[in-house]
Amino acid sequence: MTLWMIGNMAAHSVPSTLKRLLFAVKYSPLQSRCCAVQREAQYSTISIPSEKTFDKILIANRGEIACRVIKTCKKMGIQTVAVHSDVDSSAVHVKMADEAVCVGSAPTSKSYLNMDAIMDAIRVTGAQAVHPGYGFLSENKEFAKRLAAEGVAFIGPDTHAIQAMGDKIESKLIAKAAKVNTIPGFDGVVKTAEEAVKIAQEIGYPVMIKASAGGGGKGMRIAWNDEETREGFRFSSQEAASSFGDDRLLIEKYIDNPRHIEIQVLADKHGNALWLNERECSIQRRNQKVVEEAPSTFLDPVTRRAMGEQAVQLAKAVQYSSAGTVEFLVDSKKNFYFLEMNTRLQVEHPITECITGLDLVEQMIRVAKGYQLQHTQDDIPINGWAIECRVYAEDPYKSFGLPSIGRLSQYQEPLDLDKVRVDSGIQEGSDISIYYDPMISKLITYGATRAEALGRMEDALDNYVIRGVTHNIPLLREIITHPRFVSGHISTNFLPEVYPDGFKGHQLEADAKRELLASAAVLYIAAELRSAKVLGTQRVASTPVECSHWELCVELGEERQDVEISKSGTVYTVEMDGAKVEVWGALNLASPLLPLTINGTQRMLQCLSRDAAGVIVLQYLGTLFKVRLLSKLAAELNSYMPEKVSEDTSSILRSPMPGTVLYLSNLEIRLQKVRRFV
Amino acid sequence: MAAISVARSSCGLINGLKVSLRSVTRVKYGAVSATVPQTSLHRSCRWYSVSHLSVKERIDQKRQAALQGGGQQRIEAQHKRGKLTARERVQLLLDPESFVETDMFVEHRCADFGMEQDRNKFPGDSVVTGRGRINGRLVYVFSQDFTVFGGSLSGAHAQKICKIMDQAMTVGAPVIGLNDSGGARIQEGVESLAGYADIFLRNVMASGVIPQISLIMGPCAGGAVYSPALTDFTFMVKDTSYLFITGPDVVKSVTNEDVTQEELGGAKTHTTVSGVAHRAFENDIEALLNLREFFNFLPLSNQDPAPIRESHDSSDRLVPSLDSIVPLESTKAYDMLDIIHAIVDERDFFEIMPNYAKNIVVGFARMNGRTVGIVGNQPKVASGCLDINSSVKGARFVRFCDAFNIPIITFVDVPGFLPGTAQEYGGIIRHGAKLLFAFAEATVPKITIITRKAYGGAYDVMSSKHLRGDVNYAWPSAEVAVMGAKGAVQIIFRGKENQAEAEAEYVEKFANPFPAAVRGFVDDIIEPATTRKKICQDLEVLASKKQVNPWKKHANIPL
Repeated sequence: MTLWMIGNMAAHSVPSTLKRLLFAVKYSPLQSRCCAVQREAQYSTISIPSEKTFDKILIANRGEIACRVIKTCKKMGIQTVAVHSDVDSSAVHVKMADEAVCVGSAPTSKSYLNMDAIMDAIRVTGAQAVHPGYGFLSENKEFAKRLAAEGVAFIGPDTHAIQAMGDKIESKLIAKAAKVNTIPGFDGVVKTAEEAVKIAQEIGYPVMIKASAGGGGKGMRIAWNDEETREGFRFSSQEAASSFGDDRLLIEKYIDNPRHIEIQVLADKHGNALWLNERECSIQRRNQKVVEEAPSTFLDPVTRRAMGEQAVQLAKAVQYSSAGTVEFLVDSKKNFYFLEMNTRLQVEHPITECITGLDLVEQMIRVAKGYQLQHTQDDIPINGWAIECRVYAEDPYKSFGLPSIGRLSQYQEPLDLDKVRVDSGIQEGSDISIYYDPMISKLITYGATRAEALGRMEDALDNYVIRGVTHNIPLLREIITHPRFVSGHISTNFLPEVYPDGFKGHQLEADAKRELLASAAVLYIAAELRSAKVLGTQRVASTPVECSHWELCVELGEERQDVEISKSGTVYTVEMDGAKVEVWGALNLASPLLPLTINGTQRMLQCLSRDAAGVIVLQYLGTLFKVRLLSKLAAELNSYMPEKVSEDTSSILRSPMPGTVLYLSNLEIRLQKVRRFV
Repeated sequence: MAAISVARSSCGLINGLKVSLRSVTRVKYGAVSATVPQTSLHRSCRWYSVSHLSVKERIDQKRQAALQGGGQQRIEAQHKRGKLTARERVQLLLDPESFVETDMFVEHRCADFGMEQDRNKFPGDSVVTGRGRINGRLVYVFSQDFTVFGGSLSGAHAQKICKIMDQAMTVGAPVIGLNDSGGARIQEGVESLAGYADIFLRNVMASGVIPQISLIMGPCAGGAVYSPALTDFTFMVKDTSYLFITGPDVVKSVTNEDVTQEELGGAKTHTTVSGVAHRAFENDIEALLNLREFFNFLPLSNQDPAPIRESHDSSDRLVPSLDSIVPLESTKAYDMLDIIHAIVDERDFFEIMPNYAKNIVVGFARMNGRTVGIVGNQPKVASGCLDINSSVKGARFVRFCDAFNIPIITFVDVPGFLPGTAQEYGGIIRHGAKLLFAFAEATVPKITIITRKAYGGAYDVMSSKHLRGDVNYAWPSAEVAVMGAKGAVQIIFRGKENQAEAEAEYVEKFANPFPAAVRGFVDDIIEPATTRKKICQDLEVLASKKQVNPWKKHANIPL
């Protein structure tokens, strides 16, 4: 395939330097797409071959985390069993696993939360241990108990630790007793809306309401007055009931402007516990994490140690074993307060793996088998910096991300870039459905410094091809290049503060706009020139189109601009506004990626569509721009074309995102949001 | 019998012409408005005819006049309607400076009703004709000029069109007609009718020899509609173009129906309800730019192979997404367009009739640069069954491809023909036979991929091995059978108690590609991901395919 590419490139671009060939090959669309098995994981492989753990592990989860666990199992020589719902029968995790068992229909309560079916699957396949991943049954003590009853190892903490930490109220009491800083406020079980209001008033607004059993920001609502408290109570209790079968709620003081920093802990069954440094997860939207990094720019070694030691104290207090996370809120004075402990592998665990070199899944499996920790606290380094972006199938222009669904018609992960890790459980052709979390993947980059990791993340986001669903790459790229983020001056209110009127995409400056328009013009010309390249002998000879200078009119939004383009060899010079832009690149019109060198700077653009009427949609600096190119003549004549009145939609009520109608009240349709994890 | 029907239809035709003109008059443009006193340009016309100008000066003046068409006022009126002038359209359609005009000096020869006056003479009359290039490739073009007598068709107008059609036939290059005409020129009477017939005859003679494309960019009514109807493709411009035999007024007086021009013959009607037009575009500019794009797919004539354009898309590209595209439940729909986009070069598919008979998808694409015609059942609409409209849509497309050496790739997922009285009374038997006929007589390379269902007679019809399919593939999800399990079991195991068990047995036996594969009715069962690669390889080999049908005057397709 590669050979073909080189040949083809050479055929229509005569002076091709080696560099350029490499470039073309690098961005060739033919590279293998998302094959999870091929990925090289960036964590250590200090597995001790003599250390026997399990023969077969069942992964009671789906998507990227199931794939993640299977990868480590393969590395450790452990057979894997996947469970799946009927709609997931050709999912990546099913293909990766050695065996797969269907455990029910699409809704999670019928499949991935269906303990009976999963227990059956364990029996049928003879799995000796179960890795629950995150979400679903990962913090379900009932499930852990049933496994224990059957003599199957649960790869996670013991039941009592799940129980102790799973309950927000109890966990706080334990934390207090273990001398861990806790949030000022009131802990209590709430039964009715009025009771909720009373408690809220006692604590003082704002308060945060959420399901006792829920993890992180799931189902969390912030109330600023009595009315919002009632509403929050209603939704949270309903969600708690439907998601966890447990309608208890938690109300506590909400801290303004906090940072969300969490400590990864790892403990064994012999009373040893380590803290594996922190993860900064302050960039959130609607209390769900979007961008995470390790370490945090905010912590000094003293605070880090203090937090780490408190986290270990808590772990020891509940005789914690396995990997866990102690979440803290940190205020601007570096006071930190215990938030909760997650007794499972976190979504964002890869960044800890990147900076510490540990494979957390491997450690969890070892610990579950009863081995002692291999490391001491002094062995735990902070090597460089790692950033994780959660790539979601959602529209970032609607309140920083409303889920979208669809089929991934094209999908290409930036795996050819150095020091980039992509944890995903999907591939080209996969469906993002309403049944499950709309996360596409976790994109992780790392480097010796934060700047290096951030630079790689920019490249990785630019090289990530996702078609068929709306995704949040525009937002992610804006966040990681925003001066406030780059300087490390962030809090959980980052998004609403930086984008008070909502996210509007990248705002082009004059130079960037010229680059964009020039790129679009070059692409347009390349396509025009190619149209005239008819191969083979022809009965009626074609008139060769020998043109090297063009005058076009470019439209971007309401703006219109005349541009002049001249081509010499493979270099295009685009003139507009009296400024010149030089564009050079291997223009492969079939490739979604468009690597260009613009005024000497390498840029990766993406072409989403190109139509006969001159409309080109480009992804540039993460954001999609619709550019229309017309010849000068067509642009002049275009002024005679009438404006078409768009369809009147004022009488139509559209759902902003896919969902299920749960109930109708007062002729108002309320749509329950699609569920997600933190 | 035949004579009567001919008489009747010609009568209708004449009526139609009259009516169209009447409607044109009513809206204050077209034939009648030509008698309004002309601007200074035509005064100067009068002047130079009596003065002693050199021939060269007269040539220049005539040329200038021809370029002005009906004059500045009318050009402005045309623009106000959101329409471009005939010459602007030609300029946009063709490569810059490639237009070579013919018959710029032709004038109408009518001497009645004051038409002989100089102010009623326009060099070039109401049509611009000539040849040019689209992306370097030769094409003949006529563009009717609405600013001159409402684009009405005079004897001279028809003669100009006929001339370029004749030339196009002799050299073998397509003809594109840009239609914008109020109808027949009433002042010329039967001369105008003769002109229409001359064009019709050439349309028919050219059919299957050179591609003919009509772009309707204004009114086209009465007998005039039959020229676009005879061409291979008819495109329309939304909101500004109309096609009908008789206008709303006559419809009201004859059938007492109240209908607007737009409802009766607008772009939406013809692209969704009647199937007269193949596609509609937002405005003149989009239409012309799309027409350029479309032209790239076509060979110049039936003597040329399907064109091959430089392709940047690798011919051996694997398409892993296809492995999971067909749902496991055989009753669940998927979008055939997803398959087509994923397989063809650069996801570039020019769909023909995208909004009519949507249960079949037809259109042009390229495989490794070579133009191919794609036919596919669309499981998303009516389960992809064949009915009257989809059969006719498919048949006409297949015959075009066959006439112009364009290989046909057929994607099959068809549960059968649509049952019901509406279909039977409508003549599904003879209409369905058209598609069967078209596939059977086609001698171009035919590649068929059965993606899922291929049931009953519809299996035979859809370019099966038995109809001389060159390469027939099945995906592992293919089910080639007489009918679905449920129906079959009710017949085979009538009265048997355990229907579910019988159904399972039937599914095991027939709901897979093996029964067809063991008989050689499919050549291979292939991994969906390899489909593109295989098709490209096969097309390479089939490029030299030679197959000749027995000599005949012409076949008798069940019309």
